[in-house]
Order: sequence, then structure tokens, then C-alpha cells
Amino acid sequence: MIGNLLILHEAPALALQLAIDGILIGAVFALAAYGMALVWGVTNIINVAQGEFVMLGGFIAVIGAEHGIPVLLAVPLAAACLYALGWVLYYAVIVHLVGRDMFNSVLATFGIAIVLQQLMAHVFGGADRIAVAGLGSWFFLDGLVVVDKMKVLVFAACIALGVGLALFLFRSRRGQAIRAVAQRPEAASVLGIDTRKVYGLTFALNAAICGAAGALAATYTVHPYGGLSYTIRAFMIVVVAGLGNLAGVIWAALGLGVAESFAGFVLGPQYQIAFVFALLVAILVFRNWRLRRQRRYLA
Amino acid sequence: MRPGKGLLAGIAGIVLASFAAGSALCADNVIPIGAAVSLTGKYALNGANTKNGYDLAVRQINDKGGITIGGKPYRLEVLYYDDESTPARGTELAERLIEQDGVKFILGPYSSGLTKAMLPIVERHKVPMVEANGAARELFTKGYRYIFAVLTTSDQYLTPAVDLAAQNAGKLGKKTEELKLAMAMENDPFAQDVRAGVLADAQRLGINCVIDDQLPPELNDMSVTLTKVKALKPDILVVSGHEKGALTAVKQIEALRVDVPVIAMTHCDSAQLAEKMPRASENVFCAQQWHRSLKYKGDLFGSAEDFATLFKKVYGYDAPYQAAQSAAAVYVFADAFKRAQSLDPEKVRDAIAATDLPTFFGPIKFDASGKNIAKPMVLTQIVHGEYVVVAPEKWAAKEPVIQHRR
Repeated sequence: MIGNLLILHEAPALALQLAIDGILIGAVFALAAYGMALVWGVTNIINVAQGEFVMLGGFIAVIGAEHGIPVLLAVPLAAACLYALGWVLYYAVIVHLVGRDMFNSVLATFGIAIVLQQLMAHVFGGADRIAVAGLGSWFFLDGLVVVDKMKVLVFAACIALGVGLALFLFRSRRGQAIRAVAQRPEAASVLGIDTRKVYGLTFALNAAICGAAGALAATYTVHPYGGLSYTIRAFMIVVVAGLGNLAGVIWAALGLGVAESFAGFVLGPQYQIAFVFALLVAILVFRNWRLRRQRRYLA
Repeated sequence: MRPGKGLLAGIAGIVLASFAAGSALCADNVIPIGAAVSLTGKYALNGANTKNGYDLAVRQINDKGGITIGGKPYRLEVLYYDDESTPARGTELAERLIEQDGVKFILGPYSSGLTKAMLPIVERHKVPMVEANGAARELFTKGYRYIFAVLTTSDQYLTPAVDLAAQNAGKLGKKTEELKLAMAMENDPFAQDVRAGVLADAQRLGINCVIDDQLPPELNDMSVTLTKVKALKPDILVVSGHEKGALTAVKQIEALRVDVPVIAMTHCDSAQLAEKMPRASENVFCAQQWHRSLKYKGDLFGSAEDFATLFKKVYGYDAPYQAAQSAAAVYVFADAFKRAQSLDPEKVRDAIAATDLPTFFGPIKFDASGKNIAKPMVLTQIVHGEYVVVAPEKWAAKEPVIQHRR
């Protein structure tokens, strides 16, 4: 561990490399987390099938790439497919969960996750797949820092999708309806908003975002049972950022990506996930401590 | 009819059908063999390879007239369950196969971890198990009597690669003791045993290990380890993390322009590295249990090449060694049944222990702990999208290419 720190001390360019890699993978987590925050905030449902949506989007990109469709073109395709699937799942399952206990939603979406995993394994087979974008890389500092062009595109696409989503929520009528329902469903329905449609739209939108994230992440590996790590990170990012805080989601996701990258380098990759959980616990304890202090002031 | 009733009727139908299937297995001219393999979960790919290997051998044996015991012909039949790639489920299914289904013989699951989970059950019930996909040495150190493995243990997987690097140190302008080794191994019984083997080889040759990273099973980004590799410039990089590890490593080694002269991996052919990423995987060394070009021969399938051709014809893809060794495991059972002339598990166990069988997969002969000591590993190198054998020397089709990549 100390040896690894010494490497960073001697070659600070590597720290730059780790930070860049962390930011670029963090962008993908950010998308999965956006969607989760959206659904959670509006419908009060925790969707634990988030990672499976991501993997499904990834498979669409991989299969597209095998048929000559560039990865970037597969992004809107994956989003469209998942959007449709989102509506189907909404009417089949999710609509029955709105307004129920949150535990029901976790259980039901867990069921959706299992069904999607098995279907993917059945249709696409159990092999690890990877999409090769073939865009090449940029090299800086004598090849010491390498930036994969595809990953930069992924990052740009994540930011664009994030900004687009924010504009949609704050500028468009439908976006306003979503926010209205999130704030007070009864009042929204009195004012003529069809809350069920809004819930469905939110869920389908989430699926589409995850699909896009998956297509972008297909240059890492895609596997029918590989979704869990995305679900876990999305959940953690939303918990850290807080509901209804889109900018917070971006910062938390990028921060997580960078923290993971450095932890993997210094402590060893086997502690990467353990570090993520330790960080979550630390943040929650810190929050709790801060809130308590505030409470004391009030009293 | 209400939908609920339809559902009930459907379930009843399925239950009845499964009883019917069960009774077919108990027919008196059938030898049922139990197997729990991973049809879903992270090992689904190699679970399918395992099953295909078993099925092909069973088909071949039955087509050739089955097995005659005491003048009466028997057919082999495998009863499969899906262990979902989880050891806990594997344990349950081993109990179920033995206690409920009453099988007296078991074929192994895929992976060392699952084999390790099933072994105590098999041993307690004194049911012989021939396994083809659990290579970790720890399976053979507990004194179990009923496990037999047709494959070479995992500590030997990458030994030829380390040896080759040492022999060719001069090509890199170094002495053997000046070589530096980097390891990225998954955190599972198999890869950790591969790691132990490589470490022992390094020690024997005086090679210095500079990176020793363990990959978590859920990892799909190796850039952290590869960044370290770029910093420390080792001469040998060994990676073992099933298919995902091989794919991720090859992809990111190219993307990050990592320059290591000797890169050696496990699970290349089941990950289809050469087929899917021929450019990125050029010159990568692959540890394999078996290769179709080897001059092995046996009664059941003919030569290694004959097996490969038949496999491709039946399943439509090139036989990875996982399928070949699985077929060999069934072959061992068939041979033992013939020699024992009995279906008594104890007699069959003794017959298996006395196996001395030339096969398309290589010679099979077990030591007292049950591992096959007659067959060596082979090392291939990917050249223009093909796996070419480079070690051991007597089978080498060409000189290994050992040079800096760029």
C-alpha cells in the first residue's frame, strides 16, 4: 500500500490518469443514478432493476456493433427500446405499486430484475460481451496519460443527457407535471394532471436513461448477471446526493468514480467495492452527526 | 375457466410431466448420473460448455451400443440441475441428487468453487464423482476418496508461460533474475491457486514479483491495475479472472497501450479472445488444458481433431477445452463401468481409481488424491486470430514470439 502511494508520489501523472478514469466511469454511474432518483422522488418506488436496464441497453449496443451499427448510434436505439419496455413494465407491474409500502416496490422490482436477467441469459447467452468502438485514444505526457476517446464521448453524452433531463423537467409542460406530481399528487390530480400517466412517463424515462447508459457502458463488459454493481452504485449515489438533487447526483457520481479509482490503486482492486460501502457508512454517520448538531441548536 | 384454474392445471401438467421424466431415469436399462451445472448466473457460459461436453459423450456412448454389464446393455443418462453459479445451491442440489433422485454417480459442476462446495456431500454419501472443471489444488488435499478429476491442477496453468519468459530473457536483453512479474488474479479458489503456482515458479527462477493485485468478481474495469503496470514496467503480466478478466484485460491493454512482452492468461478460448479481438489479443499466451492439434487418441471419439470436428458439427461453435474435458469425464465413467462390470458405487470407485485410459483429451491416470497426473497443460499463443501451440516443446507448432508490443 505504501509502495503504491510512493508510485503516485514519483509519477503524479498517474494520479491524473486515475482521476480521469474515475470521472469517466463516474459519468455512467451518474446516469443510472439520475433515473433512480427520478423514479424514487416522483413515485416513491425504489427500482432495484436499474442495473438490468443498464445491461439490456448494453446488449443492444453490443449486438448493434456486431451488425455494424456504431456504438454512438446504438445509444438512441437502446433508449427507445428501453422506453417502450418501461411503459410495458409500468402497466404490468409498477402501476400496482404506486402508493403502497416501499418494501413492496423493492420486492416487485427485484422480481423484475430476476426475470430480465434470465431472459437476457436465454436470448443473448451467458457470455461476457464487449463492444469495440475502435475510436482509439489520446495520449498525453509521453503516453503516460491515456484518454480513451470513446470514454470522453460517454462523458459528454452523460452530461448532455443530464442537462437535457434538467431542461425537460424545468422547462417543458410534461416536466412540470412530473415535478408537480412529485410535490403533491393529490393537488396535481385536482388540477387535471393524470397522475398515473405521469408515473408511467417517469418510469419509462428512467428505463430509457438506463438504456442509454448501458449502451455507453458497453465498452466495459456486458453480462446478463452484471447489473448488480450498477444498481448498488446508483443507490449509493442517490443516498449521498439526496432525492431531488440532480446536480448533487452528478457530483456524487463523479466523486465516487474518482474515489473508487484511487482506492483501487492504493488499497488494491479487491477492496474497491468494500471501500465504496465504507465510504457510504462514513457519509451517513457524518450526516447524522451534523443533523443532530443542528437539532441541538434548534432546541 | 378462471385464469387461476388454468394456471393450476398448467402447474399440475408440469408436475406430472416431471414425474414422467423421473420415471424414465429409473428404467432398468439406464444408468442415471447426476450433474449440477451452472446454466444461469456468472458461470452460465462454461456451464453450457460443460453440459455440451457431457451430452456429446453420452450421445456417442449410447450410439455405440451403450455399456454392457453382465451381458445386459445399459444406456447412460444425465440428470441435470441448474446450480445458478452459487456454491450454496450446488450443495443443496448434490443432496437432492443423491437423497431424492437416488443417483449413485455424479459428474462435477463448473468451477473450483462449486466443486469444493459439493465435495463434502458426495464424500459423506460415498458417491463417486468424476469432475472436469475444478482445478484448484485444495480440492485434492483433504483426503477425499470419491473425487476424480480429469484435468491438470490450476497451479500448473501458467507455469509454461513463466518458463518460456525465463528461457527467452535474453531476447529482452535481461538475465532471468532481472525479469519482473505482474499478477492480476481474481479472488476465487481457482485463480488464487493459479497465482500460488505462478509465485512458486517465480521463486524457483528468481523472478521478482512487482504487482500482486486481486480482482473482485464484479470488477469490469482493470485500468487501475494496468496503470500500475505502466508505472512499474514488468516483463511478464499474468491475468486470470475467467472470461470477463481475459476480455477486459485484452481490451484495456490495447486502449491504454500497455507494453509488456509476455502477457499470459487463462480462459482465452472460452472467452473467444482470438475470434472477437484478434488485433488486441495478438501474441497473448493462453493456458489451455487441451488443444485440437494435439496428437491424442482414444476409442470413443478418435483423435482430438475428430472430437473438435464432431463438436462443431453438433453445436455450431469451436470446442473450448472446457467442453473437451467434460466429455472426457463421462468417458472415464463409461470405462470404469465396463471394467467394474457392476453398478455398485464402491466397485465403480475402485475401477475409476485404477483408470489408465488413452483418450482424445490426453492420457488419464489418477494419483491417490484423485487428480489426473498423466496429462500436461499446453500453452498457446494467439497469432493472426488463431491459437498456436508453443509449449511443451514436443507439440510446439512454432517458436513463441516474445518482444515488446510497440
